[in-house]
Amino acid sequence: MKISENWLREIVATDLSVDELSHQLTMSGIEVESVEKVAPHFEKVVVAKVLSVEKQPDADRLNVCRVDAGGEPLQIVCGAPNVHAGAVVPCAMIGAVLPDITIKKAKVRGIESSGMLCSGKELGIESDVDGLLLLPEDAPIGQSIREYLDLDDTIFELKLTPNRADCLGALGVGREISAMTGANLDFSQAPQVEAKCENTFPVEVIEKSACPLYLGRVIRGVNGKASSPQWMKRRLERSGIRPKNLLVDVTNYVLLEYGQPLHAFDLAKLSGGIRIRFAGEGEKIELLNGETRELGSKNLVIADESGPVALAGIMGGLNSAVSEETGEIFLEAAFFDPVVMAKGRMVNLSSDSSYRFERGVDFGKTREALERATALLQEHANGIPGPVVEAKAQLPSRDAISLRLSRIARIIGLEIDSGAVSSILDRLSFQYSLQDETFSVIPPSHRFDLKIEEDLVEEVARLYGYDNIPAVTPQAGMNMLPSREARRSLSEVRKLATARGYTEAISYAFVDTSWEADFCGNPDPILLKNPIASQMSAMRSSLVGGLIDCLSYNLNRKQSRIRVFETGSCFFRDGHTYGQKDMLAGLAYGAALPEQWGIETRSVDFFDVKSDVEALFSPSPLRFDAAPHPAFHPGRSASISLAGREIGVIGELHPKWVQKYDLPKAPVLFEIEQDALLLRAIPAFSEVSRFPAVRRDLAIIVDEKIEVRDIIDCCRESLPGQQIDLFDVYRGKGIDPGKKSLAFRITMQDTQKTLQDVEVDATMAQLVDMLEKRFDSKLRV
Amino acid sequence: MNDNPESILKLAQAEFASIMDATELEQAKARYLGKGGAITELLKGLGKLDPDARKSHGAAINRAKEGVEAALAARREALAAQKLERQLSQEALDVTLPGRGQDVGGIHPVTRTLERIQEIFSSIGFSTVSGPEIETDFYNFTALNIPEDHPARAMHDTFYVDDAHLLRTHTSPIQIHYMMENEPPVKIIAPGRVYRVDSDATHSPMFHQVEGLWIDEHVSFTHLKGVVAEFLQRFFERKHLEVRFRPSFFPFTEPSAEIDMGCVFCEGEGCRVCSHTGWLEVGGCGMVHPNVLKHVGLDSEKYLGFAFGMGLDRLAMLRYGVNDLRLFFANDLRFLNQFK
Repeated sequence: MKISENWLREIVATDLSVDELSHQLTMSGIEVESVEKVAPHFEKVVVAKVLSVEKQPDADRLNVCRVDAGGEPLQIVCGAPNVHAGAVVPCAMIGAVLPDITIKKAKVRGIESSGMLCSGKELGIESDVDGLLLLPEDAPIGQSIREYLDLDDTIFELKLTPNRADCLGALGVGREISAMTGANLDFSQAPQVEAKCENTFPVEVIEKSACPLYLGRVIRGVNGKASSPQWMKRRLERSGIRPKNLLVDVTNYVLLEYGQPLHAFDLAKLSGGIRIRFAGEGEKIELLNGETRELGSKNLVIADESGPVALAGIMGGLNSAVSEETGEIFLEAAFFDPVVMAKGRMVNLSSDSSYRFERGVDFGKTREALERATALLQEHANGIPGPVVEAKAQLPSRDAISLRLSRIARIIGLEIDSGAVSSILDRLSFQYSLQDETFSVIPPSHRFDLKIEEDLVEEVARLYGYDNIPAVTPQAGMNMLPSREARRSLSEVRKLATARGYTEAISYAFVDTSWEADFCGNPDPILLKNPIASQMSAMRSSLVGGLIDCLSYNLNRKQSRIRVFETGSCFFRDGHTYGQKDMLAGLAYGAALPEQWGIETRSVDFFDVKSDVEALFSPSPLRFDAAPHPAFHPGRSASISLAGREIGVIGELHPKWVQKYDLPKAPVLFEIEQDALLLRAIPAFSEVSRFPAVRRDLAIIVDEKIEVRDIIDCCRESLPGQQIDLFDVYRGKGIDPGKKSLAFRITMQDTQKTLQDVEVDATMAQLVDMLEKRFDSKLRV
Repeated sequence: MNDNPESILKLAQAEFASIMDATELEQAKARYLGKGGAITELLKGLGKLDPDARKSHGAAINRAKEGVEAALAARREALAAQKLERQLSQEALDVTLPGRGQDVGGIHPVTRTLERIQEIFSSIGFSTVSGPEIETDFYNFTALNIPEDHPARAMHDTFYVDDAHLLRTHTSPIQIHYMMENEPPVKIIAPGRVYRVDSDATHSPMFHQVEGLWIDEHVSFTHLKGVVAEFLQRFFERKHLEVRFRPSFFPFTEPSAEIDMGCVFCEGEGCRVCSHTGWLEVGGCGMVHPNVLKHVGLDSEKYLGFAFGMGLDRLAMLRYGVNDLRLFFANDLRFLNQFK
């Protein structure tokens, strides 16, 4: 909300500077977002009247004017197209300092000019007119333009929290300044305006709880063409509201002043009587903004015999709107229940009125606001008011709230004595009594946010000043946090990943539905009802899509070697609800190692990444089993298991996705459940042998289809506790097609004795036998 | 044949000095000390001399023999040293050649920020907890004292999954889950991704928050001020960083405050980052609203607590001077690899 400084100063008499005022407001919870001067600094510019205009013979566009600026007539040369005799305009006198120039006595094309007639732009103020700023004819000649246009003013832009609807008007802000600073609130209650005619219009409130207070009165003899006084237009403009005509301006002005929305109907366009009711399903209304809305039973309407004439508290209807032809109005001021207003909120339809009603309007000032508007219409539009018709039901109650001094001390952490609390409550003009260290406080009608003791504690803290409450380091028992060695933090896992060359990425959790279909084989992903874009409409069930996207993004930026990982939640349906699983995924693409000397460049492959995955889990052994996966090449894809539980997948991207996603080569990816990564075995000691180790190499030829892991498992089984390393896989010359040669290095050691060659030879022979039986292997010689 | 030990010694010394090769040196040694070598022959000849001459001549020969041996040893050593020298110089590397192997990746700046926050809060006994990102209306709003149709709901532009489920708009629902499952005292921070329908230069539809919660019997607003201010001072490593608490409104806290800190870029002078106010908004906080405690079954007369929430992305931007929020989610390696 924007509001003029001078308006506020009229309501509350404070000596505070603009900066201090702004600080006070901000520290009271009414954040001042910006402070903007209405006009830049300039001086010696006065209201002047152009007496005569003569064309300058030498120049088409220049006129020689005689100007009355309050003293002797001046001769001023002026080039503005809209200059004419009789025009009242700002005149910068000799010596005037304007934002861009300083005015001196000058000769323009040989003709003496003693000043300058000014446009709005030259004064640095807003103006619709191209050319001189035209002032009303009754503007007092010779008066400073700053004074006449009230230019020594500042506009505060306030950012109000939803609880402080009471500050959605000049009066409320003034009241707040008064409470904060102790300055006097200088706002006299608008007097009741006596009826000058008998005319009334019938009002019937059907929905009494939705509209517990409805006031209306007929005002005759108004002039729809009348325009508002300058001061009113100015205040509206400075609050960001464009002046229209007096009838509309008055309702807006009172809204800004009291925070009470009003509405003026053209009485001639109403029929029968006013009824406040909920709309029937399918009822329609054409609104002031030209939109036609279909209504439902949640929408409270003001209706006449013909149907809805206004959406209660939101916007009037076009068919009953005031216009230049309007001569009689029905002026409405009401209180609508905030909950009803919130329930009836319509998509993309909000107004200054609805904004206030949803948050709570001071029903204690509704009548006064109506009187104030009436008085303004009487004064400026010659309105003849009829009597006020009032329909009143049960207004929100303001029950007494207990406020214990002990509670204040506990919540704030500071003893504030009863005198100080009383003084704070006084400044807030709350009604209260005090008994046994407990206040009983009745919140005023304008405060919808005070319901419980804590709300009042906040008021005390606020007025005491958050700045004055000390910051205290808490004292607490020195308990240590638990430390679980069998778990490690995700942070440690991340560090392992970075040590293997992976960089952490963070992608959006909502993805393209096609990623879900392609990479997860998920035709029915969890969809958002209101996605921000169609390619961000599905909740991911895998991190793979985001990593592929990251790959494309970086390839397009000329990166050729990419290793990224991501940790994050993936989502799945779980009956009628949703579950999430925290995953860690990685992607490697391009050269296995960064560009460097002395190493032959080769592309990263499945086994490089497999080793990275093993490193993340080290020393826990993983099991990899060939398993198809929608994202991966069917022959280069595996499931990953830890201690018999499947915890992830690894694979090379399927060639069809390589093609579809326009990738030059296939990346290798893996995805693992985070909780498996966080488990870690506590080391268990086993004795270190003091006896020498014996090493034997074993080369066997087996069928291509035999999985190496089975052979290693078999070796381990027959040589428990011994070390078995595969050091060569060979196919080609000397080996029959369809076969492969595998070479193992077996290191044997006993913890009790030195192994003898005879024993070792026997063990090896047994092993060879077993392998032959199990895998039909041949010893390679 | 030369039978003067002195001259044999001189000869040997001269010959050894001229030899550059270890094998040659050993051959030369044989000529003096080997079977039939000059010194050996002299010693053999001693037997023919009379005892007096044998004694004096023997001494001279022995002196010469020792001299030859010394010369030999010295030359052996010199040749070995030369050989090592040659080897070393041949083996010398250009140590300025780059090292080989895998390089090291980076940790995302938001994660890095979070890990620092966890570390700081862990030092005063806060543990880190997490919660679901697809939430129910109850946890995201109702339990946090944001009833249906409350105007505060208009502050959140919520992504909906279905009528009953939404993407959490803040990390505060984690508080609720935790308090329902754990007895006080509660001392937690709860970081996570949150979602709002908002996307422009300064808003991302997904961003990160961290929530802090302390519930106990004697937690007060003064402690909230103390903990939050000290945290910011530690996080930004500025002992005298000014921290300001300004009244505000959140449905789940009462009293509530907005947290501002002195601008770390202009030291409060006023700059573009702080919109010339000298202050930066970094989060919201307050004393947990009794209705929230009620929703999780705690007696608000017995227990009090404070909660605060801050934008992780914002803290990361301020800490590292990142000027565009969108960089955090573009996954550009040229950006990410700056954070190693």
